[in-house]
Amino acid sequence: MTVLLIAEHDNASLKEATHKALSAAAKVGGDIHVLVAGYQAAAAAEHAAKLTGVTRVLHIDAAELERPLAEPMAANIVALAADYDHIVAPATNNGKNYMPRVAAMLDVMQVSEVSDVKAADIFVRLIYAGNAVQTVQATDAKKVITVRIASFPPASETGNAVVGRKEAVADPGLSSYVGETISRSDLPELTSAKVVISGGRGMQSGENFKLLEAVARKLNAAVGASRAAVDAGFVSNDYQVGQTGKVVAPELYIAVGISGAIQHLAGMKDSKIIAAINNDQDAPIFQVADFGLVADLFEALPQLEKAL
Amino acid sequence: MKILVAVKRVVDFNVAIRVKADGSGVDIGNAKMSMNPFDEIGVEEAVRLKEAGKATEVVVVSIGPAQVQETLRTALAMGADRAILVKHEDYVEPLGVAKVLKEVVTAEKPDIVILGKQAIDDDCNQTGQMLAALLGWPQGTFASKIDIEESTLTVVREADGGLQTVRLRMPTIVTTDLRLNEPRYASLPNIMKAKKKPCDEMTPADYGVDVKPRLKLIKTEEPSKRQAGVKVCSASELAAKLKETGAIR
Ligand SMILES: Cc1cc2nc3c(=O)[nH]c(=O)nc-3n(C[C@H](O)[C@H](O)[C@H](O)COP(=O)(O)OP(=O)(O)OC[C@H]3O[C@@H](n4cnc5c(N)ncnc54)[C@H](O)[C@@H]3O)c2cc1C
Repeated sequence: MTVLLIAEHDNASLKEATHKALSAAAKVGGDIHVLVAGYQAAAAAEHAAKLTGVTRVLHIDAAELERPLAEPMAANIVALAADYDHIVAPATNNGKNYMPRVAAMLDVMQVSEVSDVKAADIFVRLIYAGNAVQTVQATDAKKVITVRIASFPPASETGNAVVGRKEAVADPGLSSYVGETISRSDLPELTSAKVVISGGRGMQSGENFKLLEAVARKLNAAVGASRAAVDAGFVSNDYQVGQTGKVVAPELYIAVGISGAIQHLAGMKDSKIIAAINNDQDAPIFQVADFGLVADLFEALPQLEKAL
Repeated sequence: MKILVAVKRVVDFNVAIRVKADGSGVDIGNAKMSMNPFDEIGVEEAVRLKEAGKATEVVVVSIGPAQVQETLRTALAMGADRAILVKHEDYVEPLGVAKVLKEVVTAEKPDIVILGKQAIDDDCNQTGQMLAALLGWPQGTFASKIDIEESTLTVVREADGGLQTVRLRMPTIVTTDLRLNEPRYASLPNIMKAKKKPCDEMTPADYGVDVKPRLKLIKTEEPSKRQAGVKVCSASELAAKLKETGAIR
């Protein structure tokens, strides 16, 4: 049995999502090969060779793979599929984009965002915004899986696998990359940070997120947000934590001016410790918070910054 | 230009569901049902394209039990022209739905198919991508803005690091994200008008599609519950408690 793990990377190095998805792939059992599909991505492929437990790295280089467009990504993965029993990718934005395309091309029903692997064909996943936990058996011959990265620890880098080049298949020519607007921040990335501090509608403006950033800087924390804060334009879409945004499980999650709707809880309730600051003592967020502070956030945040 | 929008009837986002005691599934009882919020955004976008003179017809389709009629009527009341109900009593997985939709697309020949990025019940986030694969079409997933220019569609996508813009050849698939638009409420006159709009009924068998599930449900459980902790009196007490836990230094 051999697993093909699709790496998440920026051509220069791997993203931690790959290490976490590898921990899920390792629970499947068998050999693990990693596909690094990118453009001028030799450094990322070398990085993948260090992943513990990986026996082979396949490196495909083509201009259309510089930013993983779903159409050429899926075509390249499907071209390799015959040799593999499992195809696994992290449920990042990219993985969510190309993996169902791979699954349908192979006539396989994908198992999305697995939070645990019980056997080579038995997986655990959350439904209804995390309000129910399903265990399913995949009956297709091949398994196509995306991994809820917040549910797995990152694999280490003690390996020394061989890297082999593969030719890219012809670009299906259906799509092209135009540009991107990347949010820049000197703070850690949301899904890999040990501490996350998120703001909600209670923050009242994007300007006020500076109060969160000041605390975040002290804690080396990432800044996140509720949907309401994103919809209101306080911060950009990539800050959204929740059922339909990013799922995080840091050591510490601090929710500020967030009521605690189930859709938000779905993205953070696996955090080790949850703290909440809200001026409404009945806010549902307090039902999941280990530490609750009923206070006006505009007073509490500067005080917290000072106390840290 | 014709637009096809796929919609799903789901438990309303405000309802807290219960897991059945015997582990066989989720008890939705008489829970309020609604159109999947992402699909509402899809219907809204299609109707806006028609209102802007860019689309000529908006067709909505849903796969599910007879009650799915209501969901289709909602879409018609929002401004869709015509509906197709593909009746099937049991749960259909995204792959099965995509296969049925492929046949609907072959019959209807739309230029754009819009779907929600995910259904808020099974949280799969698959159907649009699968349909694109089966048709060999491009896919503009997690769209927060779309623009039609002749035979191409420019899609601004919500990505992990911000926004990404891609250009797709038409015909194409689009899946909606939350910021694409804010769906309207149907007005009473439009709800009345919707009752007279045509709704065809089909079955997966009519399209020759096998929708047997590929995943076998072993069990459904309650998630582990968190306990409410303690209230602290001040920000400095909060800082002290957090330091005690070792989560921060
Ligand atoms: C399809 C769908 C998908 C969704 N996906 C997500 C998702 O992924 N993530 C997500 O977060 N939500 C999601 N939601 C939205 C979710 O249902 C809630 O609407 C949202 O989480 C509310 O955000 P909020 O807590 O910031 O705002 P509110 O619910 O308005 O809460 C604001 C809180 O701030 C407090 N507050 C106000 N002023 C102050 C002050 N001065 N000091 C202290 N506290 C203050 C208030 O007491 C209140 O509790 C989704 C909804 C739908 C329908």
